[in-house]
Amino acid sequence: MKNRLRNQVSGWLSRAVLLLLALLLPMLRAAAQTPNQPEMADALRGSGKIYVVVAVITVVLAGLLFFLISLDRKLTRLEKELEE
Amino acid sequence: MKKNWWKALSVVLLLYVAVAGLLMPVPRLAILNETIRNLYFHVPMWFGMTFILVASVYYSVRYLRTPTPALDIRAHEAARTGILMGFVGLATGSIWAKYTWGEWWTNDPKLNGAAIAMLIYGAYLVLRSSFTDEQQRARVSAIYNIFAFATAMPLFYILPRLTDSLHPGAGGNPAFAKYDLDSNMRLVFYPAVIGWTLLAFWLAQLASRVSLLKLKVYEKQIA
Repeated sequence: MKNRLRNQVSGWLSRAVLLLLALLLPMLRAAAQTPNQPEMADALRGSGKIYVVVAVITVVLAGLLFFLISLDRKLTRLEKELEE
Repeated sequence: MKKNWWKALSVVLLLYVAVAGLLMPVPRLAILNETIRNLYFHVPMWFGMTFILVASVYYSVRYLRTPTPALDIRAHEAARTGILMGFVGLATGSIWAKYTWGEWWTNDPKLNGAAIAMLIYGAYLVLRSSFTDEQQRARVSAIYNIFAFATAMPLFYILPRLTDSLHPGAGGNPAFAKYDLDSNMRLVFYPAVIGWTLLAFWLAQLASRVSLLKLKVYEKQIA
């Protein structure tokens, strides 16, 4: 009788452990998957150096746009000169 | 300066796009990764090209109604700017394709359609340079420009949608809107389209003004 009870308890226990594992193991897999997300330039942004690139691109673009503006002004002046 | 507000808008939007385009959060997608940010630079080239080519056709139609050298110059310079943007679009698309699809060029209907359309516009430039008589050149190239537009647009936007394609916006696929143009990306994408389109108009206007000045100087020398 004692043996039967022990068998029953161990049966419940093993079933409970199996259920727990069934619930937890997928979570473990999910946890393992988090770093497997598509790679992004997190490190770059984390180190802050991406801002250097942004600054460089902005300077280049600003330089080009400034050139366009001055070209536009030169043209306006020429057009006025020609009209006179 | 009041007339030039749109140039200032272009400058502001392009500087915003350069900063926000690189720093704003974007969806995490496999294969695309950070290259999704190309959307702010590659796609506006085609938008800008389309709008500037519409302007070119507009000037060509106006030229055929009232032939003046100024309208011919405007149509020509707008078309040239559109062709420039189209080639930049092809080049940037090719780089993007290499690192996402694995090839510099895939025989995709969208890509081949765009390439054929660019060749049609290349022929416009060849056609123009083959005339010695200015009025004949202006009239024939205005007519060709209208037909080139009518042929090129289906190659860009209609035919690729009728077949399967890798390219978003083709193969019955409504571009990026469906899956990955989220609200964060729209905040950068729409200003990018407006900014680059305005830049195209600015470039075309500057080129036209140079040509007009040349014409005026030439006329003065003759007189």
